[in-house]
Amino acid sequence: MSNWIDVCHRNDVVAGTGVCALVDNEQVAIFRCRSTDELYAVSNYDPIGQANVLSRGIMGCVAGQVVVASPLYKQHFCLDTGSCLQLPQYKLKTYPVRYAGEQIQLLSAA
Amino acid sequence: MQKTSILVVGNGMVGHKFIDNMLAQSKIDQFDLMTFSEESRLAYDRVQLSAYFSGKTAEDLALTDESYYQQHGVKFLLSDKVTDIDCDGHLVMTASGQQVRYDKLVLATGSYPFVPPIPGGDAEHCLVYRTIDDLEAITESSCHSDKGVVIGGGLLGLEAANALKNLGLETHVVEFAPRLMAVQLDEGGANLLRHQIEDLGVSVHTEKATTEIVAGSQSRYRLNFADGSHLETDMIVFSAGIRPQDELARQCGITVGERGGIVINDTCQTSDEDIYAIGECALWQGRIFGLVAPGYAMAAAAASHICGESQQFTGADMSTKLKLLGLDVASIGDAHGQTPGAQSYTFHDEVAQVYKRLIVNEAGDRVLGAVLVGDVDAYGQLLQMMLNDMPLPDHPSALILPNVDGEASQGVGVEALPESAQLCSCFDVTKGDIVAAVADGATDMAAIKSCTKASTGCGGCSALVKQVMDCELAALGHEVDNSLCEHFAYTRPELADIVRIKKIKTFDELLASHGKGLGCEVCKPTIGSILASFWNDYVLEEPHIGLQDTNDVYLGNMQKDGTYSVVPRIAGGEVTPDKLIVLGEVAKDFDLYTKITGGQRIDLFGAQLHELPQIWRRLVDAGFETGHAYGKSVRTVKSCVGDSWCRYGVNDSLGFAINIENRYKGLRSPHKLKFAVSGCTRECAEAQSKDVGIIATENGWNLYVGGNGGMRPRHADLFASDLDDQTLIQYVDRFLMFYIRSAERLQRTSVWLENLPGGLDYLKEVVIDDKLGLAAELESEMAHCIAQYQCEWKTTLESPEKLKRFQHFINSELGDDGLAFSREREQRVPREKPQAEQIKIVELVD
Repeated sequence: MSNWIDVCHRNDVVAGTGVCALVDNEQVAIFRCRSTDELYAVSNYDPIGQANVLSRGIMGCVAGQVVVASPLYKQHFCLDTGSCLQLPQYKLKTYPVRYAGEQIQLLSAA
Repeated sequence: MQKTSILVVGNGMVGHKFIDNMLAQSKIDQFDLMTFSEESRLAYDRVQLSAYFSGKTAEDLALTDESYYQQHGVKFLLSDKVTDIDCDGHLVMTASGQQVRYDKLVLATGSYPFVPPIPGGDAEHCLVYRTIDDLEAITESSCHSDKGVVIGGGLLGLEAANALKNLGLETHVVEFAPRLMAVQLDEGGANLLRHQIEDLGVSVHTEKATTEIVAGSQSRYRLNFADGSHLETDMIVFSAGIRPQDELARQCGITVGERGGIVINDTCQTSDEDIYAIGECALWQGRIFGLVAPGYAMAAAAASHICGESQQFTGADMSTKLKLLGLDVASIGDAHGQTPGAQSYTFHDEVAQVYKRLIVNEAGDRVLGAVLVGDVDAYGQLLQMMLNDMPLPDHPSALILPNVDGEASQGVGVEALPESAQLCSCFDVTKGDIVAAVADGATDMAAIKSCTKASTGCGGCSALVKQVMDCELAALGHEVDNSLCEHFAYTRPELADIVRIKKIKTFDELLASHGKGLGCEVCKPTIGSILASFWNDYVLEEPHIGLQDTNDVYLGNMQKDGTYSVVPRIAGGEVTPDKLIVLGEVAKDFDLYTKITGGQRIDLFGAQLHELPQIWRRLVDAGFETGHAYGKSVRTVKSCVGDSWCRYGVNDSLGFAINIENRYKGLRSPHKLKFAVSGCTRECAEAQSKDVGIIATENGWNLYVGGNGGMRPRHADLFASDLDDQTLIQYVDRFLMFYIRSAERLQRTSVWLENLPGGLDYLKEVVIDDKLGLAAELESEMAHCIAQYQCEWKTTLESPEKLKRFQHFINSELGDDGLAFSREREQRVPREKPQAEQIKIVELVD
């Protein structure tokens, strides 16, 4: 059984930046694109720097892919697939995310 | 196997070069090297001797040091003179009574200044200009003198005159010949040089033969001249030429020339085959070479012969280019047009004070020589054309005519130079060496300098080396792509110009007009920094926040575990006990690891996002401001305690450091900026390793720029001397804004300066002489930035909206459960992470 749950208001995520939400005891980094308003959600854990920091990385695009750059060592992670562009052996978990009116929602198993 | 013992008598520039050449030989383990110096220090750069008066120290001029010799097994004996050679017994004797055996002996005894036999010329305050000790004697004498005379108007004489002028003396130059620099310049060039030197306040007296030096009536001495005139002075520096130091060779029967100089052959051997002579003491085909480059060539030939190789000395070009009293002067080849049939082209601009004369052969198709005064840009090209016997272009006059239309100079391009053409004579770097360096990946001047050493000696070849480099880069199809990233096809300086001139206030606006895509972690912080440098808005304002690196977003430095460090500003390193207690209490309450930084402040580590506002609230209440340790911005102004406490301080370095730190605090720039102020020449604040270094003098402040510690240390350059507070601030304002406008992304001032076309001289022209007419603009931009300053933490604490970002989760009050700590030396540190795979992450990190 899974449910969409509200995590924050859309204005809590400044367009072009990220925030971190806690859902089912997992840290999820949510990003909002500055030009399309589209939302992305990936694991907040940086497997290379080994810290929960990805929501604080800079969002951008590289060769057409929307990415976040790790704030620790600057590797790019594709926000659609979670893949690390520099070190493909690393892949972030991705999460469904959506707008519900003015709210941003993630899917919870609970 | 018994090693071959090589003794080198004299550790000047050439003697040292010989040792360096030997150390570079593959057979070096077959040799024992030992050198003697009668001076108390190892080899130093005599060519740059005059820099000693503009703030360089003996260490700055040093070409080597004792540890280098020790490390390479080179024995040395300082302050001891070799007094005798026993050629048959292969022994040398020193003044202190040492006897040392040799297999091969190299005489690199150099020359001594010629002091004409003038009655009275051996009195006190009659000095010469050759060694660091001489300079110290001149400095000492200047303290007891108002007026000084240099006897000799040649190259060294004019350098000595510059020194006297800088020491504050009324300066005169007395020359026997009808013109200055008679060897290098023709009449037209010498006349212009004379006018310019006189404009600088140095009096020139030509065609004066000094007959005696007697007691003066107004000054200490009076020089009587053969024509009945006289000149009074307090001190005298003789610079009437050099004589080879060949005494040792004479004593032991080695052949010397009629007018001095140890006779050598093409392998630099003297009449005794086990004894070599190199440098200014040597006489080759009846000529003495009084420049360093031929001496280096002899050193290479001698080393090659000793090692059984075939490089020979085949003569050397005596062309020269230098700056005398701030004036550019160059002389190439047959400057006097003495070759039969020689013809010349002359360009003389009395308004701009430029004189150029090009001497060509009878057929009019080859360069024989040239004289350049006031504008020496053509030097490299003309010299190469002469040395490589290259044909002249159709209109040779174009080689010396100014480019009125701003087009690149005509003439033969560097493509036409042969690979063997020597571009840098100080380090014998050829065009081929530069070409190879570019092929190996050197793409800027800094890289070329570090891998070939070209342009790191006198620097005279830098323009030419750069041309060759650019030409090669283009030839290799190196589309020299300086685009910032895939989103902006512009360099950082270009973007800075666009933002400034078009008054662009946001990243979105710039992206729409000049970029594409969404941007990235390269262009966003770069443009965020440019916007902040010119407009200085609050960086966490909505349109800017997404541009900032995480450090700027959270106003702290992210550490490896995702926590932040807290660094309040402690201007100049001065802190009251009460404030220190607040820092201690805050650190204790939040269990923050505490350390003193290199910038004289205190760093508190391990703060979690949600703790940052609580910590800063207490710090701001106690009167602290943000320290901008997180920004590419002005960091600290380090300082010594200055004259309020120090017995040696000559000025209030601490007060000035605090003023400067408060003036420039928060200024965002292409990279971080570090300053320091020292209260005296002991330099306890280490200002010469900073981007901006200030050192107190008896008469104000000396300003240094472009220094760096860190990964690639660079000694700062002296930019201006004896400035008052106001002028210094004015120069620093202009310097910083010019740097902000024109530097590449993440380029420290040191690298920026090394790559700046025209280098330090150009920077001085822009900042001091206002050559570009930008000074007022640069100052007003700085004034705007300063007026817009705010403590980012104070502003943030006042905004509940902004504070919402300072929590780990947007939907929970909890902290990051991934953090784990342990204790080390009684403080909290991140628990070691499990051994990660060895990942090469260095490349991605700036």
